[in-house]
Amino acid sequence: MAKQVNVFAQNQPGRLERLTEVLLEEGINIRAITISGAEEYGVVKLLVDDPRKAFDALRREGFSAYLKEVIAVIMDDRPGGLHRVCRVLGDSGVNIEDAYGFVFQDRKTAILVVEVDRLPEAEDILRSRGLELLSDEELYSL
Amino acid sequence: MKGEYWDAEMELLSREEIGALQFKRLRETLERCGRSPFYREWFASAGFDPARVRSMRDLGALPCMDKNTLRGDDPRRFLTVGLDEVVRMHSSSGTTGQATVIFHTAADIEAWAQLVARCMYMTGVRRSDVFQNMMGYGLFTGGLGFHYAAERIGAMVIPAGSGNSKRQIQLMREFHTTVVHVIPSYALYLLEVFAESGLDPRSDTDLRIAFIGAEPHTEGLRRRVEEGYGVRAYNSYGLSEMCGPGVAFECPEQRGMHVWEDSFYLEVLDPDTLEPVGEGEEGELVFTSLNREAMPLLRYRTRDLAFVYPDECPCGRAHRRISRIKGRSDDMFIVKGVNIFPMQVEKVLLGVLGVGSNYQIVLDTVKSMDEMRVLVEVSGELWHGEVKELNELRRRITDELRQEILVTPKVELVEPGSLPAGEGKAVRVLDKREHVKGVEDG
Ligand SMILES: [Zn+2]
Repeated sequence: MAKQVNVFAQNQPGRLERLTEVLLEEGINIRAITISGAEEYGVVKLLVDDPRKAFDALRREGFSAYLKEVIAVIMDDRPGGLHRVCRVLGDSGVNIEDAYGFVFQDRKTAILVVEVDRLPEAEDILRSRGLELLSDEELYSL
Repeated sequence: MKGEYWDAEMELLSREEIGALQFKRLRETLERCGRSPFYREWFASAGFDPARVRSMRDLGALPCMDKNTLRGDDPRRFLTVGLDEVVRMHSSSGTTGQATVIFHTAADIEAWAQLVARCMYMTGVRRSDVFQNMMGYGLFTGGLGFHYAAERIGAMVIPAGSGNSKRQIQLMREFHTTVVHVIPSYALYLLEVFAESGLDPRSDTDLRIAFIGAEPHTEGLRRRVEEGYGVRAYNSYGLSEMCGPGVAFECPEQRGMHVWEDSFYLEVLDPDTLEPVGEGEEGELVFTSLNREAMPLLRYRTRDLAFVYPDECPCGRAHRRISRIKGRSDDMFIVKGVNIFPMQVEKVLLGVLGVGSNYQIVLDTVKSMDEMRVLVEVSGELWHGEVKELNELRRRITDELRQEILVTPKVELVEPGSLPAGEGKAVRVLDKREHVKGVEDG
């Protein structure tokens, strides 16, 4: 199961800088980063090449980090790709808690990272409907 | 027709007369305590024989009581009269299980009303006055204590209660209020409401006297109230365990509060050793009630720190004067007139989070009002990585704190390690409020 690192962060100057500095020191590459926030605080979500190492380093440095299981779906980078994934999950009653996408280096494939409430089941549903999921290794070695 | 004094006989006692009256009333109080199941055990466990008390000093053989002593037993076991004799109860702020209950007989209520009447009359309140009581009524003693006293004097009472600023101003103007009783920080806030309404209390009201109590404040804040309203403002001291307001009060000299020593025996003790401090030194105020029937308290620790003025008061009253309250010997603090202990916040956090978390209470003055913020560190163990979880956490902490401390704080979630670690009030409570900043005496 693919993992992403979620970090609790206050909306204060310098926090993101400190966070990325910790990862840099550990030689960790960031594949994708999003921030979902409330007014005074937010959650920084990091897709990295070594989530376990990143998690340990951030915890050690006092960050409130959490290792979150996610699904990485390969989409054709053309209109309707995202809609298809959402519909498949929606039809099966799986709630998407958060999602973000990024484009693969070949510029043709997009990866959609989704956080859902019923995880192993959601994976099976997507696979059964012909969607391709990235394994951990594939995701981290992008 | 009374002259300058409400109770000249008591107010003008000499030091010697006060001493003699105190001893006589102490003997009566001790005898009365013999009828209370609690005190019989209390005396026995201390090896204290009330019959052998020969002077006020002998009282020192008895251990001090405090809030925990009261909480530790059924309040009815403190009674020296039958429950039939009790006409009222009051309770200190705090929630169920933490509150302390104080019972009153009809004579207790009357004695209390007379004491507060003495205080109000001393500052110039008369029959012709209109008294608007802007304190909370109910279990809190600040409301009813002044209400009864003003009626004894014969002033007209407007039992306005707390809050509803526009209505307060409307009442003041419609009924020509001359005297108010108000929490000092609320008095400042109300000044802003006056200004927003285009009114100046100095010319648009008939106010001349303000009683400000229930919350520690500085000399500077008093002056701001006096200048803003065009009144003389007097400091008031009391605690529900002794009766409520009326334990000590400022005379027109405005330099220290006279403790009514015909009704209360005051000791100023070192909070650590419980030995008396030197003359004029700061210590914890410890009171013994001398004129209460239902539930007398002996050597009750207030946790309030103050000193006694060593000189005589020019007003001619020999009752000793205490300074403004300088602080507390425990970690209690007061927000909007409500007593709060950091332990209450800690208990709520433990309940909501399931584990202890580092936290800090920050008190500030925003638009002349108290603002209480509770900063809580969110450690990695406390959540599962979602924003909505954090929002939910904040909502629950806010709700449960409101139920526990009766004040709605602003809860902020902060990163681990961002708050100072350690124990004690100095670390847990950061008080940046104007009215408690640099408490000095005038
Ligand atoms: Zn005086």
